[in-house]
Amino acid sequence: MKPAPFDYHAPRQLKEAAELLAKLPNAKVLAGGQSLVPMMNFRYVIVDHLVDLNGLDELRGIVVGDERLRIGAMTRQRDIETSPEIAKHCPLMVEALHHVGHRQTRNRGTIGGSLAHADPAAELPAVCAAHDAVVHVASVRGIRQIAFHELGSGFMATTLAPDEMIAAIDLQVWRQGHGYGFHEFARRQGDFALAGATALLDIGADNVVRRAALTLFGVATSPVRVEAAETRLTGQPLTSGAIRAASAAARQIEPISDIHASGEYRRHLAQVLSSRALNDAAQRAGVQA
Amino acid sequence: MGRQAARMNVNGKSYARVVDARLTLADFLRHEINLTGTHVGCEHGVCGACTVLVNGRTARSCLMFAVQANGCEVTTVEGLTPEGKLSVLQQAFIDNHGLQCGFCTPGMLVTLTELLRDTPDPSEQEVREALTGNLCRCTGYAGIVAAALDAARRLRDADKPETA
Repeated sequence: MKPAPFDYHAPRQLKEAAELLAKLPNAKVLAGGQSLVPMMNFRYVIVDHLVDLNGLDELRGIVVGDERLRIGAMTRQRDIETSPEIAKHCPLMVEALHHVGHRQTRNRGTIGGSLAHADPAAELPAVCAAHDAVVHVASVRGIRQIAFHELGSGFMATTLAPDEMIAAIDLQVWRQGHGYGFHEFARRQGDFALAGATALLDIGADNVVRRAALTLFGVATSPVRVEAAETRLTGQPLTSGAIRAASAAARQIEPISDIHASGEYRRHLAQVLSSRALNDAAQRAGVQA
Repeated sequence: MGRQAARMNVNGKSYARVVDARLTLADFLRHEINLTGTHVGCEHGVCGACTVLVNGRTARSCLMFAVQANGCEVTTVEGLTPEGKLSVLQQAFIDNHGLQCGFCTPGMLVTLTELLRDTPDPSEQEVREALTGNLCRCTGYAGIVAAALDAARRLRDADKPETA
Protein backbone atom coordinates (compact mmCIF):
# COMPACT_ATOMS: atom_id res chain seq x y z
CA MET A 1 0.00 0.00 0.00
CA LYS A 2 2.98 2.29 -0.44
CA PRO A 3 4.03 3.41 -3.91
CA ALA A 4 7.22 2.07 -5.44
CA PRO A 5 10.13 4.55 -5.40
CA PHE A 6 10.25 7.20 -8.12
CA ASP A 7 12.02 10.45 -8.90
CA TYR A 8 9.90 13.52 -8.43
CA HIS A 9 9.98 16.57 -10.69
CA ALA A 10 8.13 19.79 -10.06
CA PRO A 11 8.45 22.01 -13.14
CA ARG A 12 7.31 25.64 -12.91
CA GLN A 13 6.57 26.11 -16.62
CA LEU A 14 4.74 24.15 -19.28
CA LYS A 15 7.83 24.19 -21.51
CA GLU A 16 9.90 22.66 -18.72
CA ALA A 17 7.25 19.99 -18.09
CA ALA A 18 7.16 19.11 -21.79
CA GLU A 19 10.95 18.79 -21.92
CA LEU A 20 10.94 16.51 -18.88
CA LEU A 21 8.28 14.29 -20.42
CA ALA A 22 10.20 14.14 -23.69
CA LYS A 23 13.46 13.06 -22.10
CA LEU A 24 12.54 10.92 -19.07
CA PRO A 25 11.81 7.23 -19.59
CA ASN A 26 8.72 5.69 -17.93
CA ALA A 27 7.49 9.05 -16.70
CA LYS A 28 3.95 9.94 -15.79
CA VAL A 29 2.16 13.22 -15.27
CA LEU A 30 0.74 13.94 -11.82
CA ALA A 31 -2.31 16.22 -11.83
CA GLY A 32 -4.70 16.11 -8.85
CA GLY A 33 -3.56 12.59 -8.01
CA GLN A 34 -6.98 11.40 -6.89
CA SER A 35 -6.92 8.43 -9.29
CA LEU A 36 -3.22 8.08 -10.07
CA VAL A 37 -1.97 7.99 -6.47
CA PRO A 38 -4.37 5.18 -5.41
CA MET A 39 -3.13 3.23 -8.44
CA MET A 40 0.45 3.92 -7.42
CA ASN A 41 -0.27 2.93 -3.81
CA PHE A 42 -1.68 -0.37 -5.08
CA ARG A 43 1.30 -0.63 -7.44
CA TYR A 44 -0.98 -1.00 -10.41
CA VAL A 45 1.14 1.85 -11.70
CA ILE A 46 4.89 1.90 -11.17
CA VAL A 47 6.77 4.85 -12.63
CA ASP A 48 10.41 5.86 -12.66
CA HIS A 49 9.60 9.56 -12.87
CA LEU A 50 6.65 11.60 -11.72
CA VAL A 51 6.21 15.01 -13.32
CA ASP A 52 4.00 17.08 -11.03
CA LEU A 53 1.99 19.73 -12.89
CA ASN A 54 0.66 21.38 -9.73
CA GLY A 55 3.22 24.18 -9.96
CA LEU A 56 2.07 25.26 -13.43
CA ASP A 57 -0.14 28.28 -12.81
CA GLU A 58 -0.51 28.76 -16.57
CA LEU A 59 -2.61 25.58 -16.69
CA ARG A 60 -5.12 26.93 -14.17
CA GLY A 61 -8.11 29.15 -14.71
CA ILE A 62 -11.36 29.72 -16.54
CA VAL A 63 -11.66 32.11 -19.49
CA VAL A 64 -14.98 32.96 -21.10
CA GLY A 65 -14.82 33.69 -24.84
CA ASP A 66 -17.59 34.45 -27.34
CA GLU A 67 -18.70 30.93 -28.07
CA ARG A 68 -16.16 28.98 -26.08
CA LEU A 69 -15.23 28.54 -22.49
CA ARG A 70 -11.62 27.60 -21.81
CA ILE A 71 -10.74 25.68 -18.68
CA GLY A 72 -7.09 25.10 -17.83
CA ALA A 73 -6.31 21.42 -17.38
CA MET A 74 -5.05 21.90 -13.82
CA THR A 75 -8.13 23.79 -12.66
CA ARG A 76 -9.42 22.01 -9.57
CA GLN A 77 -12.83 20.40 -9.76
CA ARG A 78 -13.94 22.32 -6.68
CA ASP A 79 -12.95 25.65 -8.28
CA ILE A 80 -14.99 24.77 -11.37
CA GLU A 81 -17.93 23.72 -9.19
CA THR A 82 -17.98 27.09 -7.38
CA SER A 83 -17.11 29.32 -10.36
CA PRO A 84 -19.82 31.90 -11.23
CA GLU A 85 -18.67 31.81 -14.89
CA ILE A 86 -19.21 28.08 -15.11
CA ALA A 87 -22.60 28.37 -13.36
CA LYS A 88 -23.62 30.97 -15.92
CA HIS A 89 -22.25 29.44 -19.11
CA CYS A 90 -22.05 25.71 -18.41
CA PRO A 91 -24.48 24.83 -15.60
CA LEU A 92 -24.40 21.17 -16.65
CA MET A 93 -20.80 21.03 -15.43
CA VAL A 94 -21.78 22.23 -11.95
CA GLU A 95 -24.57 19.67 -11.80
CA ALA A 96 -22.17 16.92 -12.87
CA LEU A 97 -19.50 17.93 -10.36
CA HIS A 98 -21.84 17.32 -7.45
CA HIS A 99 -21.52 13.65 -8.38
CA VAL A 100 -17.73 13.58 -8.80
CA GLY A 101 -16.11 11.87 -5.83
CA HIS A 102 -16.31 13.85 -2.61
CA ARG A 103 -15.42 17.38 -1.61
CA GLN A 104 -12.01 16.21 -0.33
CA THR A 105 -11.20 14.70 -3.72
CA ARG A 106 -12.70 17.61 -5.70
CA ASN A 107 -10.45 20.00 -3.74
CA ARG A 108 -7.47 18.27 -5.36
CA GLY A 109 -8.83 16.60 -8.50
CA THR A 110 -8.53 18.46 -11.82
CA ILE A 111 -10.54 18.45 -15.03
CA GLY A 112 -7.49 17.56 -17.15
CA GLY A 113 -6.69 14.65 -14.87
CA SER A 114 -10.22 13.34 -15.13
CA LEU A 115 -10.08 13.44 -18.94
CA ALA A 116 -6.65 11.81 -19.14
CA HIS A 117 -7.65 9.08 -16.66
CA ALA A 118 -10.65 8.34 -18.90
CA ASP A 119 -12.75 6.24 -16.55
CA PRO A 120 -15.78 5.11 -18.57
CA ALA A 121 -18.17 6.14 -15.78
CA ALA A 122 -16.57 9.54 -15.09
CA GLU A 123 -18.87 12.54 -15.20
CA LEU A 124 -16.59 15.30 -16.56
CA PRO A 125 -15.80 13.52 -19.84
CA ALA A 126 -19.56 13.21 -20.40
CA VAL A 127 -19.96 16.98 -19.99
CA CYS A 128 -17.08 17.50 -22.43
CA ALA A 129 -18.77 15.20 -24.94
CA ALA A 130 -22.07 17.08 -24.53
CA HIS A 131 -20.40 20.45 -25.09
CA ASP A 132 -18.33 19.29 -28.11
CA ALA A 133 -15.11 20.01 -26.27
CA VAL A 134 -11.78 20.57 -27.95
CA VAL A 135 -8.78 19.30 -26.03
CA HIS A 136 -5.47 21.19 -26.18
CA VAL A 137 -2.60 18.75 -25.95
CA ALA A 138 0.91 20.01 -25.14
CA SER A 139 4.34 18.51 -25.78
CA VAL A 140 7.78 19.64 -26.95
CA ARG A 141 6.23 19.70 -30.44
CA GLY A 142 3.86 22.46 -29.38
CA ILE A 143 0.11 22.44 -28.82
CA ARG A 144 -2.25 20.37 -30.92
CA GLN A 145 -6.02 20.49 -30.72
CA ILE A 146 -8.19 17.42 -30.91
CA ALA A 147 -11.93 16.96 -30.77
CA PHE A 148 -12.97 15.37 -27.48
CA HIS A 149 -14.33 12.25 -29.21
CA GLU A 150 -10.85 11.61 -30.59
CA LEU A 151 -9.30 11.51 -27.11
CA GLY A 152 -10.50 8.07 -26.00
CA SER A 153 -8.97 4.99 -27.55
CA GLY A 154 -10.34 2.12 -25.47
CA PHE A 155 -10.89 1.13 -21.86
CA MET A 156 -9.15 3.78 -19.71
CA ALA A 157 -6.87 4.59 -22.61
CA THR A 158 -6.36 7.75 -24.64
CA THR A 159 -4.68 8.77 -27.87
CA LEU A 160 -2.23 10.93 -25.90
CA ALA A 161 1.40 10.04 -26.61
CA PRO A 162 3.56 9.25 -23.54
CA ASP A 163 5.25 12.64 -23.77
CA GLU A 164 2.02 14.60 -24.15
CA MET A 165 -0.22 16.23 -21.54
CA ILE A 166 -3.58 17.97 -21.62
CA ALA A 167 -3.13 21.73 -21.26
CA ALA A 168 -6.67 23.06 -21.60
CA ILE A 169 -10.20 22.18 -22.58
CA ASP A 170 -12.48 24.37 -24.71
CA LEU A 171 -16.22 23.87 -24.29
CA GLN A 172 -18.75 25.11 -26.80
CA VAL A 173 -21.08 27.44 -24.94
CA TRP A 174 -24.81 27.12 -25.57
CA ARG A 175 -27.23 30.04 -25.76
CA GLN A 176 -28.14 31.56 -22.38
CA GLY A 177 -31.34 30.04 -21.09
CA HIS A 178 -30.69 26.59 -22.54
CA GLY A 179 -31.97 23.67 -20.54
CA TYR A 180 -29.73 21.04 -18.99
CA GLY A 181 -30.22 17.81 -17.12
CA PHE A 182 -27.90 15.34 -15.42
CA HIS A 183 -28.85 12.00 -13.94
CA GLU A 184 -26.77 9.03 -12.93
CA PHE A 185 -27.34 5.88 -10.97
CA ALA A 186 -24.68 4.88 -8.43
CA ARG A 187 -25.01 2.65 -5.40
CA ARG A 188 -23.71 5.40 -3.12
CA GLN A 189 -23.24 9.14 -3.48
CA GLY A 190 -19.80 9.82 -4.93
CA ASP A 191 -19.32 6.35 -6.38
CA PHE A 192 -18.69 5.82 -10.05
CA ALA A 193 -22.05 5.45 -11.77
CA LEU A 194 -23.39 2.24 -13.29
CA ALA A 195 -24.75 4.49 -16.01
CA GLY A 196 -25.66 8.12 -16.49
CA ALA A 197 -27.17 10.57 -18.97
CA THR A 198 -26.80 14.28 -19.65
CA ALA A 199 -29.13 16.38 -21.77
CA LEU A 200 -28.83 19.86 -23.27
CA LEU A 201 -31.81 21.49 -25.01
CA ASP A 202 -32.06 24.84 -26.76
CA ILE A 203 -35.75 25.53 -27.21
CA GLY A 204 -37.18 28.50 -29.12
CA ALA A 205 -40.12 30.64 -28.04
CA ASP A 206 -42.26 28.58 -30.43
CA ASN A 207 -41.46 25.48 -28.32
CA VAL A 208 -39.43 24.03 -31.18
CA VAL A 209 -36.10 22.39 -30.29
CA ARG A 210 -33.28 24.27 -32.03
CA ARG A 211 -30.50 22.08 -30.74
CA ALA A 212 -30.24 18.95 -28.62
CA ALA A 213 -27.41 16.93 -27.11
CA LEU A 214 -28.02 13.64 -25.33
CA THR A 215 -24.95 11.93 -23.88
CA LEU A 216 -24.65 8.60 -22.08
CA PHE A 217 -21.75 7.57 -19.88
CA GLY A 218 -20.77 4.42 -18.02
CA VAL A 219 -22.13 2.36 -20.90
CA ALA A 220 -19.06 2.19 -23.14
CA THR A 221 -15.34 2.93 -22.85
CA SER A 222 -16.01 6.62 -23.55
CA PRO A 223 -19.11 8.83 -23.32
CA VAL A 224 -21.55 8.28 -26.18
CA ARG A 225 -23.67 10.91 -27.93
CA VAL A 226 -27.06 9.49 -28.92
CA GLU A 227 -27.30 11.03 -32.38
CA ALA A 228 -30.53 9.26 -33.23
CA ALA A 229 -32.22 10.97 -30.28
CA GLU A 230 -30.72 14.35 -31.10
CA THR A 231 -31.91 14.15 -34.72
CA ARG A 232 -35.36 13.08 -33.61
CA LEU A 233 -35.70 16.03 -31.22
CA THR A 234 -34.18 18.81 -33.34
CA GLY A 235 -36.62 20.92 -35.38
CA GLN A 236 -39.65 19.39 -33.65
CA PRO A 237 -41.92 20.76 -30.95
CA LEU A 238 -40.90 19.45 -27.55
CA THR A 239 -43.63 17.16 -26.24
CA SER A 240 -43.67 14.33 -23.74
CA GLY A 241 -44.01 12.00 -26.72
CA ALA A 242 -40.86 13.43 -28.28
CA ILE A 243 -38.94 12.88 -25.03
CA ARG A 244 -40.26 9.31 -24.85
CA ALA A 245 -39.12 8.58 -28.38
CA ALA A 246 -35.70 10.14 -27.79
CA SER A 247 -35.21 8.15 -24.58
CA ALA A 248 -36.18 4.97 -26.41
CA ALA A 249 -33.42 5.74 -28.89
CA ALA A 250 -30.97 5.74 -25.96
CA ARG A 251 -31.75 2.04 -25.58
CA GLN A 252 -30.15 1.31 -28.94
CA ILE A 253 -26.71 0.84 -27.45
CA GLU A 254 -24.72 -2.23 -26.54
CA PRO A 255 -23.41 -1.45 -23.07
CA ILE A 256 -20.63 -3.26 -21.29
CA SER A 257 -21.43 -6.01 -18.76
CA ASP A 258 -19.28 -6.26 -15.66
CA ILE A 259 -19.53 -7.26 -12.01
CA HIS A 260 -21.44 -4.07 -11.22
CA ALA A 261 -24.27 -4.45 -13.71
CA SER A 262 -25.33 -6.42 -16.76
CA GLY A 263 -25.45 -4.81 -20.18
CA GLU A 264 -29.22 -5.25 -20.24
CA TYR A 265 -29.61 -3.40 -16.93
CA ARG A 266 -27.40 -0.58 -18.20
CA ARG A 267 -29.57 -0.37 -21.33
CA HIS A 268 -32.61 0.01 -19.10
CA LEU A 269 -30.82 2.71 -17.06
CA ALA A 270 -29.81 4.52 -20.25
CA GLN A 271 -33.44 4.91 -21.23
CA VAL A 272 -34.76 5.89 -17.80
CA LEU A 273 -31.92 8.33 -17.04
CA SER A 274 -32.16 9.89 -20.53
CA SER A 275 -35.83 10.52 -19.97
CA ARG A 276 -35.17 12.16 -16.59
CA ALA A 277 -32.31 14.26 -17.95
CA LEU A 278 -34.38 15.43 -20.94
CA ASN A 279 -37.34 16.28 -18.72
CA ASP A 280 -35.11 18.34 -16.41
CA ALA A 281 -33.57 20.08 -19.41
CA ALA A 282 -37.02 20.89 -20.81
CA GLN A 283 -38.18 22.27 -17.49
CA ARG A 284 -35.07 24.41 -17.04
CA ALA A 285 -35.58 25.76 -20.56
CA GLY A 286 -39.03 26.81 -19.42
CA VAL A 287 -41.03 24.11 -21.16
CA GLN A 288 -43.37 21.69 -19.45
CA ALA A 289 -43.24 18.70 -21.76
CA MET B 1 15.90 13.08 -7.03
CA GLY B 2 14.39 10.21 -5.08
CA ARG B 3 14.96 12.11 -1.84
CA GLN B 4 13.81 15.67 -1.64
CA ALA B 5 13.18 18.47 0.80
CA ALA B 6 9.69 18.82 2.24
CA ARG B 7 9.10 22.13 4.00
CA MET B 8 5.70 23.05 5.30
CA ASN B 9 3.82 24.71 8.09
CA VAL B 10 1.77 22.28 10.17
CA ASN B 11 -0.63 23.65 12.78
CA GLY B 12 1.29 26.92 12.88
CA LYS B 13 4.77 25.37 13.21
CA SER B 14 7.38 25.14 10.46
CA TYR B 15 8.93 21.78 9.61
CA ALA B 16 11.65 20.83 7.17
CA ARG B 17 12.74 17.29 6.41
CA VAL B 18 14.49 15.47 3.59
CA VAL B 19 12.25 12.58 2.63
CA ASP B 20 11.64 9.96 -0.05
CA ALA B 21 9.52 11.45 -2.81
CA ARG B 22 7.15 8.52 -2.42
CA LEU B 23 6.41 9.33 1.24
CA THR B 24 2.76 10.31 1.51
CA LEU B 25 1.76 13.41 3.42
CA ALA B 26 -0.09 11.14 5.88
CA ASP B 27 3.07 9.17 6.66
CA PHE B 28 5.06 12.39 6.85
CA LEU B 29 2.70 13.75 9.50
CA ARG B 30 2.70 10.54 11.50
CA HIS B 31 6.28 9.30 11.18
CA GLU B 32 8.40 12.37 10.47
CA ILE B 33 6.79 14.92 12.78
CA ASN B 34 4.97 12.53 15.12
CA LEU B 35 1.49 13.96 14.71
CA THR B 36 -0.37 10.67 15.02
CA GLY B 37 -3.83 12.22 15.26
CA THR B 38 -4.18 11.81 11.51
CA HIS B 39 -5.23 8.20 10.98
CA VAL B 40 -4.40 6.05 7.99
CA GLY B 41 -7.13 3.60 7.03
CA CYS B 42 -7.28 2.43 3.45
CA GLU B 43 -4.33 4.28 1.86
CA HIS B 44 -6.20 4.65 -1.41
CA GLY B 45 -8.51 7.58 -0.85
CA VAL B 46 -11.70 5.81 0.08
CA CYS B 47 -12.08 5.95 3.87
CA GLY B 48 -11.31 9.63 4.57
CA ALA B 49 -9.66 8.92 7.96
CA CYS B 50 -6.50 10.77 6.86
CA THR B 51 -8.33 13.97 5.87
CA VAL B 52 -6.38 17.15 6.69
CA LEU B 53 -6.68 20.77 5.60
CA VAL B 54 -4.14 21.88 3.00
CA ASN B 55 -4.23 25.66 2.63
CA GLY B 56 -7.64 25.58 4.29
CA ARG B 57 -9.18 22.93 2.04
CA THR B 58 -9.77 19.30 2.92
CA ALA B 59 -7.55 16.76 1.21
CA ARG B 60 -6.82 13.10 1.69
CA SER B 61 -3.27 13.05 2.98
CA CYS B 62 -2.73 9.49 1.70
CA LEU B 63 -3.20 10.80 -1.86
CA MET B 64 -0.62 13.57 -1.63
CA PHE B 65 3.10 13.18 -1.42
CA ALA B 66 4.82 15.14 1.33
CA VAL B 67 7.02 16.87 -1.25
CA GLN B 68 3.84 18.23 -2.85
CA ALA B 69 2.97 20.08 0.34
CA ASN B 70 6.09 22.27 0.01
CA GLY B 71 5.20 25.77 1.15
CA CYS B 72 1.69 24.76 2.21
CA GLU B 73 -0.19 25.40 5.43
CA VAL B 74 -1.39 22.06 6.75
CA THR B 75 -3.90 21.68 9.58
CA THR B 76 -4.39 18.30 11.22
CA VAL B 77 -6.90 17.30 13.87
CA GLU B 78 -4.34 18.38 16.49
CA GLY B 79 -4.47 21.89 15.06
CA LEU B 80 -8.23 22.31 15.24
CA THR B 81 -8.13 23.28 18.91
CA PRO B 82 -5.78 24.69 21.51
CA GLU B 83 -3.92 21.96 23.40
CA GLY B 84 -5.94 20.33 26.16
CA LYS B 85 -9.22 21.85 25.00
CA LEU B 86 -12.05 20.66 22.79
CA SER B 87 -13.64 22.56 19.94
CA VAL B 88 -17.42 23.05 19.88
CA LEU B 89 -17.59 20.34 17.23
CA GLN B 90 -15.51 17.90 19.29
CA GLN B 91 -17.69 18.50 22.37
CA ALA B 92 -20.78 17.92 20.24
CA PHE B 93 -19.30 14.57 19.11
CA ILE B 94 -19.03 13.52 22.76
CA ASP B 95 -22.51 14.75 23.65
CA ASN B 96 -24.19 13.06 20.67
CA HIS B 97 -22.36 9.72 20.66
CA GLY B 98 -20.59 10.75 17.46
CA LEU B 99 -17.77 8.30 18.03
CA GLN B 100 -17.20 4.79 19.31
CA CYS B 101 -13.79 3.34 18.43
CA GLY B 102 -12.58 6.75 17.26
CA PHE B 103 -10.57 5.60 14.27
CA CYS B 104 -12.50 7.66 11.72
CA THR B 105 -13.02 10.62 14.06
CA PRO B 106 -10.02 12.78 13.06
CA GLY B 107 -11.13 12.70 9.42
CA MET B 108 -14.75 13.34 10.38
CA LEU B 109 -13.75 16.37 12.48
CA VAL B 110 -11.58 17.90 9.77
CA THR B 111 -14.23 17.35 7.08
CA LEU B 112 -16.97 18.84 9.24
CA THR B 113 -14.77 21.76 10.31
CA GLU B 114 -14.54 22.76 6.64
CA LEU B 115 -18.28 22.27 6.16
CA LEU B 116 -19.27 24.36 9.18
CA ARG B 117 -16.79 27.08 8.25
CA ASP B 118 -18.30 27.43 4.75
CA THR B 119 -21.90 26.46 5.57
CA PRO B 120 -22.80 27.62 9.09
CA ASP B 121 -26.42 26.44 8.80
CA PRO B 122 -26.28 23.13 6.95
CA SER B 123 -29.28 20.92 6.33
CA GLU B 124 -29.12 17.28 7.37
CA GLN B 125 -28.78 16.42 3.67
CA GLU B 126 -25.77 18.75 3.34
CA VAL B 127 -24.13 17.16 6.37
CA ARG B 128 -24.72 13.69 4.98
CA GLU B 129 -23.33 14.70 1.59
CA ALA B 130 -20.23 16.19 3.23
CA LEU B 131 -19.72 12.91 5.07
CA THR B 132 -19.95 10.68 1.98
CA GLY B 133 -16.16 10.81 1.76
CA ASN B 134 -15.65 9.54 5.33
CA LEU B 135 -16.38 5.98 6.36
CA CYS B 136 -17.35 4.99 9.90
CA ARG B 137 -17.87 1.34 10.76
CA CYS B 138 -19.28 1.76 14.30
CA THR B 139 -21.77 4.56 14.77
CA GLY B 140 -24.02 4.14 11.76
CA TYR B 141 -23.51 7.90 11.17
CA ALA B 142 -26.67 8.98 13.02
CA GLY B 143 -24.66 10.25 16.00
CA ILE B 144 -22.12 11.96 13.75
CA VAL B 145 -24.83 13.75 11.78
CA ALA B 146 -26.54 14.80 15.03
CA ALA B 147 -23.21 16.07 16.38
CA ALA B 148 -22.58 18.14 13.25
CA LEU B 149 -26.04 19.73 13.37
CA ASP B 150 -25.71 20.33 17.12
CA ALA B 151 -22.29 21.95 16.69
CA ALA B 152 -23.63 24.15 13.89
CA ARG B 153 -26.44 25.29 16.18
CA ARG B 154 -24.07 26.01 19.08
CA LEU B 155 -21.66 27.93 16.84
CA ARG B 156 -24.51 30.03 15.43
CA ASP B 157 -25.85 30.75 18.91
CA ALA B 158 -22.40 31.80 20.06
CA ASP B 159 -22.21 34.22 17.12
CA LYS B 160 -25.54 35.86 17.87
CA PRO B 161 -25.34 39.27 19.51
CA GLU B 162 -26.72 39.36 23.05
CA THR B 163 -30.31 40.49 23.17
CA ALA B 164 -31.70 41.73 26.45
